[in-house]
Amino acid sequence: MRYIRPLSIEDAVGLLAGSTGTAAILAGGSDLLVRMKGGFVEPDLIVDIKAIEELSEIRETADGFSIGAAVPCAVLGESAALKKAWPGVVEAAKLIGSKQVQGRCTIVGNLCNASPAADSVPALVAAGARASVVGPGGRRTIPVGSVPTGPGKTSLAKGEIIEAILLDKRAPRSGDAYLRFIPRTEMDIAVVSAGVNLTLDEHGVVTAARVALGAAAPTVLLVEEAAEAIIGRKLDEAALERLAKVCFGACRPIDDKRGTIEFRRKVAGVLAKRAGTTAYARAGGK
Amino acid sequence: MAGVAVSTTINGDSVEYLCQPDETLLDVLRDRLGLTGVKEGCGTGDCGACSIILDDRLVCSCLVLGAEAEGRRVETVEGMAHGDRLHPLQQKFLEHAALQCGICTPGFLIAAKDLLAKNPDPSEEEIRFGLAGNLCRCTGYDKIVRAVQDAANVMKGA
Amino acid sequence: MNFDPRFSTRNFASVGTRPIRPDGVDKVTGRARYGADFNMAGQLVGRVLRSPHAHATIRKIDTSKAEKLPGVKAVITAADLSDLTDGDAAMYDILDNCMARTKALYDGHAVAAVAAVDARTARQALKLIEVDYELLPHVTDVDEAMKHSAPLINDAIFTEGLEEKPVKPSNVTKRSQFGHGDVHQGFGHADFIVERSFKTEQTHQGYIEPHACVASVSSDGTADLWVCTQGHFVYRQHCAQLLGMEASKLRVTSSEIGGGFGGKTHVWAEPVALALSRKAGRPVKLVMTRDEVFRASGPTSATSIDVKIGARKDGTITAAEATLRYSCGPYPGSWAEIGAMTAFACYKLENVKTVGYEVLVNRPKTAAYRAPSAPMAAFAVESAVDELAKEIGMDPVDFRIRNAAQEGTRSSYGPVYGPIGIGPTLEAVKNHPHMKAPLGKNQGRGMACGFWFNFGGQTCTDLNIGMDGSVSLAVGTVDVGGSRASLSLVAAEELGIAYEQVKAIVADTSSLGYNDMTDGSRGTFSSSMATISAARNAIKVLRERAAQMWDIAVDDVVWEQGHAVAKGEKHGNLGKLSLKEIAAASGKTGGPIAGHSELVADGAGVSFATHICDIEVDPETGATRVLRYTVVQDAGKAVHPTYVEGQYQGGAAQGIGWALNEEYIYGKDGRLQNPGFLDYRIPVCSDLPMIDTQILEIPNPNHPYGVRGVGETSIVPPLAAIANAVSNAAGVRMSHIPMSPPRILAAIEAERAG
Repeated sequence: MRYIRPLSIEDAVGLLAGSTGTAAILAGGSDLLVRMKGGFVEPDLIVDIKAIEELSEIRETADGFSIGAAVPCAVLGESAALKKAWPGVVEAAKLIGSKQVQGRCTIVGNLCNASPAADSVPALVAAGARASVVGPGGRRTIPVGSVPTGPGKTSLAKGEIIEAILLDKRAPRSGDAYLRFIPRTEMDIAVVSAGVNLTLDEHGVVTAARVALGAAAPTVLLVEEAAEAIIGRKLDEAALERLAKVCFGACRPIDDKRGTIEFRRKVAGVLAKRAGTTAYARAGGK
Repeated sequence: MAGVAVSTTINGDSVEYLCQPDETLLDVLRDRLGLTGVKEGCGTGDCGACSIILDDRLVCSCLVLGAEAEGRRVETVEGMAHGDRLHPLQQKFLEHAALQCGICTPGFLIAAKDLLAKNPDPSEEEIRFGLAGNLCRCTGYDKIVRAVQDAANVMKGA
Repeated sequence: MNFDPRFSTRNFASVGTRPIRPDGVDKVTGRARYGADFNMAGQLVGRVLRSPHAHATIRKIDTSKAEKLPGVKAVITAADLSDLTDGDAAMYDILDNCMARTKALYDGHAVAAVAAVDARTARQALKLIEVDYELLPHVTDVDEAMKHSAPLINDAIFTEGLEEKPVKPSNVTKRSQFGHGDVHQGFGHADFIVERSFKTEQTHQGYIEPHACVASVSSDGTADLWVCTQGHFVYRQHCAQLLGMEASKLRVTSSEIGGGFGGKTHVWAEPVALALSRKAGRPVKLVMTRDEVFRASGPTSATSIDVKIGARKDGTITAAEATLRYSCGPYPGSWAEIGAMTAFACYKLENVKTVGYEVLVNRPKTAAYRAPSAPMAAFAVESAVDELAKEIGMDPVDFRIRNAAQEGTRSSYGPVYGPIGIGPTLEAVKNHPHMKAPLGKNQGRGMACGFWFNFGGQTCTDLNIGMDGSVSLAVGTVDVGGSRASLSLVAAEELGIAYEQVKAIVADTSSLGYNDMTDGSRGTFSSSMATISAARNAIKVLRERAAQMWDIAVDDVVWEQGHAVAKGEKHGNLGKLSLKEIAAASGKTGGPIAGHSELVADGAGVSFATHICDIEVDPETGATRVLRYTVVQDAGKAVHPTYVEGQYQGGAAQGIGWALNEEYIYGKDGRLQNPGFLDYRIPVCSDLPMIDTQILEIPNPNHPYGVRGVGETSIVPPLAAIANAVSNAAGVRMSHIPMSPPRILAAIEAERAG
């Protein structure tokens, strides 16, 4: 086994593309090291991407934000501009693990770990975030939701690295929110979760909406019917109930150690309603 | 497997070591450097007993590779006291009996130090959420929270 | 030894104060050495191979490839641990649990072990061991295991305690029964009867320090074992017996212990480490991973309990009955028996009957967990008591006060009580401001009582006085939560010196006589008794030396506040001799001054507690929040009140975790699904409120200071108190622990659906 810390993204891509055996990208390590400890993976090559300068930055661009792949989630919470524009994304990122894990874990890692219960992914999908992928064939930008293809599986090809997550500049009167259900108050994996992203007109009527559910299917669910159920209306009690009902119906969860199908469906609706309420308030809706 | 040579700073001292590429910083600290104040409760980042401060960030040393410490600053519980003068958190943990078995104590002290460095005047809720990554099975956390509150008061006055 | 343990009233100088513990600085600076913090020159790394199957015959184990791996120094299987148990069935079970002999009986059961030069080599070696398993049908649920159709775990076991000897083997190893009166008649006199069934899931003690030891066996047959344990003398006996050693040749040193709660009272890895060291000829360090801790150590019983209680309109209980089924893991135990003894211990009952069934399942061998078996029984009984009070229309506290046991009551498990604390804790709760605090929407309040026997047992203590007058106290009960501070206070109290002059240590097995382990809340109770006895023996010597120094009769010398005082007119001018002065002269008056004590501490006073808690339930998700929690418990006499509070708070917190979220989850394949702290959810700091405590002191007549054990009782009431609070908040009776959000939401939905 080798541990290498390249200084450029090109070198990192080259190492991964040229590797034989199992290669792993190390950013925060909060998933990789756990899997190594459990003996589930024994990489022949570990590529630590934290010495690549541009991957450790949050950049505010004319188009919005670019969050480097090596930026720990704790740093997301320290960026006032990002928090103001995308509070739902930041609160989702800040829910991953403990303070200790926050100091290491990254949203790209959370995405590429491809757990159906990943906290940041429903918020990113609701936000319409994109991933900038670098590989042997060059750069491409893809929707975040197309990265995980199933539990533990991604669409990335050999040698490809997600260098950054891209978030759009905010339209006026927009707001997002993320909520998850856990039995404790901290230190848990989401039993089920919901991210809601809304834009309103000046009368408080929803003009654009994206609703995503986590741990409700093998990958994050973007529930388009849920968006349709609330677009063109104020988010009043009746609209919220419709939102909950559609989410309840859209879920395809499983029974496992963390929750039952029945529980996940019911709570998905409740969380969508509550996250919707928060997002609506953040967008200035009353 | 070839070893990785690492130069780092631990509790203010320059340290060099050779470690295996898949070896965690926790194992390096405990088994190679004798810093057994850093405890292993789970090895998967779920208990906080191995908490250290790495370049001003609180992390679980079980989720860091030894090789990653190259050129960085590591703080462990062994570096908290100055000579025979205990850190106010250490003193308050003793006075409030914030430990019973004491295995989680080094992790709590480091986490609390990080918490107070970032938020010198935390509310009870902020302390509870700030320390939620550290498990204690003996105390029910009551006396730990009180010790941190008291230490915060002392440190503000200092 | 003419030690008189009887209680007498006194004014305390040291006992009841709150000094800093003697092992404190080492623990806040990282210097204290726990199980895994000790190393020996040339030490190897030990690792254990565990069965992935819940139930399987081991046809063959091929270790040849592992043995050939460079760096591997020893590989062992059950064949390396000969059966030396000589018909002792309990010891045979311990041996089989350490290393499966013919069958793997649960997911995690050890089947082989290696010692290698480093962890990586040891891990690789485990992968090279080939085990040929023949899978057998398994059963993990306690009720399922009792069915006739259930797979048999041990076909040599026939239920004990039945009137007729059974002809067929069974997973039920024993039936036990307690009680008095005639419950049938009693129910006939009842105006109201509540009858309900309850279930509790299996939990783990959850100590943060995994089991760890370093074993070093020499070719001359002597050995050293460094280990985190609640009872190093017991570990010595068990290890020596299993390995065919003389006990005196095995020195066991107890490390600082990172939590035990009953879970470090059994050997698991230690005989394996010794066997590896013996075979390799080098020291072996063996540390369990967290996954192994969950899969192979602990846990408590899962239970299924039926309760029936009847009462008259005036609130008098006329009869109470319970049937308790407790899982034991794959080996016989007495867990249901203990549950059956404790179930109704809080009450004065004319007619009471409890029946316990011990049940084998394909889960790890059940170990003690803080007041073992009592919390589940209390959950069932106290839930039914609450429901009955509601049916009668009585306040639940008043209903309990009316039926509470008192001095002279014949307990449901047999003995007649002396002075006890159940009534006073209930009165204290009745008058507590917590009971009157307003509640908001979706919030509920619950309260419940709990009982624990407490234990005394064999104890040995040395108290040595240095030439400078300082005192070293060597005890043999492992300090699990501050007992060195308490025992130093007791020594200081008895000798009349300052706490700071006493230094208490836990001695190894070669330095002190046998001690039972720290369980049954006995650490401070029994070792304080032995310390008082040792101090009194030392005082006798001090008086003799003073008499010698003064050249007067020893009967004329008394001990007062740390000084020898000559009594009587004729000695009026002699003044006083301090302990320090007498110690300084000891070289010329007969040599070192010491006091020793070997005793069986009888008469551990029974303990009672009553808890109150407020819970908020989110009716849309079933989520719960503990808003407020109060513990009221009798300590007899709180030696170090801060650490007594700590025991109350810690037990309550463990009970809260058990009540709300902690459980072993097994898959259909019989494998444990959640062997880690991520999905075995013990409470985190943000889950809990401050935990208020009130210490009552009803002296134990059988201890000189009135001390009772305090460590365990605090985990008994929480399951029931929280169940009552959740039931009040959610408007539906919860009968399955843990009351996880899916269970609460399902109960609320079922109630809504009618």
